[in-house]
Amino acid sequence: MEPVKVKEEKEHPGLEWSACILRIRETRDRAAFAALFRHFAPRVKAFLMRSGADAAMAEECTQEVMAAVWQKAHLFDPSRASAATWIFTIARNRKIDALRKMKRPEPEDLPWGPEEEPDQEDSLALQQESEKLEQAVAALPAKQRDLIEKAYFGDLSHREIAEETGLPLGTIKSRIRLALDRLRHAMK
Amino acid sequence: MTHDTIKHHLTDALLMAYSAGTLPEAFSLAVAAHISMCDECRARLGAFDTVGGALMANCDAAEMSADSLGATLAKIDLAEAQPVERNVTADGGVLPAPVRAYVGGDLDAVRWRPVGMGVKQAILPTKGEATARLLYIPAGAAVPDHGHRGTELTLVLRGAFEDKVDHFGPGDIEVANEDLDHTPIADIGEDCICLAATDAPLRFNSWLPRIAQPFLRI
Repeated sequence: MEPVKVKEEKEHPGLEWSACILRIRETRDRAAFAALFRHFAPRVKAFLMRSGADAAMAEECTQEVMAAVWQKAHLFDPSRASAATWIFTIARNRKIDALRKMKRPEPEDLPWGPEEEPDQEDSLALQQESEKLEQAVAALPAKQRDLIEKAYFGDLSHREIAEETGLPLGTIKSRIRLALDRLRHAMK
Repeated sequence: MTHDTIKHHLTDALLMAYSAGTLPEAFSLAVAAHISMCDECRARLGAFDTVGGALMANCDAAEMSADSLGATLAKIDLAEAQPVERNVTADGGVLPAPVRAYVGGDLDAVRWRPVGMGVKQAILPTKGEATARLLYIPAGAAVPDHGHRGTELTLVLRGAFEDKVDHFGPGDIEVANEDLDHTPIADIGEDCICLAATDAPLRFNSWLPRIAQPFLRI
């Protein structure tokens, strides 16, 4: 079955991924899941390997993360997170659990859950923001991008990054701040 | 249970580390509890999660093993959809849901231990090098003057306290580092309940608490 694509989905590929998750939620659509898997699973695995998992552990955790995507599809709200953001949070939680062997306290849920019919305009606006951010991340100067990546992937504190890069702690903090300022500016 | 009056928020560094999943558990708890009370920081966390998603989306794809998709579908068939468990505060509760999970209930389930001068504490069972505790400071009482070797996060859950930095009310979080020596004093009107997370023992500035420190585990 060829999914019906509205104009926005062609212009914003991220919306297509959101639509896949909604189809999993609504009709347990295995073709939608396979498409999502082919795109995201290799990136989840790369993220876990860069966080310190060996290939076998990263493979196993990635399968668990993608299975969780199926199981938690009813919690996905496309007006609050893009598919990439949502899958990242699931992979991040698996990383804390499997690699750091810690619990992850979560904020309480908002009093309302995902809506049955997500608002199209909100989803589109959120997707545009996420794309802008992806482009801004890709366009960061190499040194800033490297530090932000180390902070997210490396399971390293600022102090450990200082030891690994030989940069003083103050320099790291100011470079990360610079990168965040640049990202904020790119979002305006 | 959000509060519109919050003036003291999480720093970018804490929000980013929470989003990246690199904080010690006790600090994650303080961050999760503040976000439960603060819509502004919840929105800022959303932005940091989006940065994480963008970084992951920009990763070079790793090679998957031969029948990865098939193995994943088999996992899905073994365990079908998880029931939705709403992680929300009971009506009229004081403790945000993530704190309640460690206490095993709301305020009436806390097992307080006196630490002197009317102040009580309850240490929460977190793993790792940082520790989290609930503090009960009677109205008008003070926590002994102390400094910090590392970072201390103090989140007000009920009542308010004041130190030389500012006044902190419900939902406010104070991020103190080794430069700060302070004597938090609870407001006179109401007993103050805080969640405090520290990654190094506090440094008391008078001899009495210093002697008591090994017993208090602060």
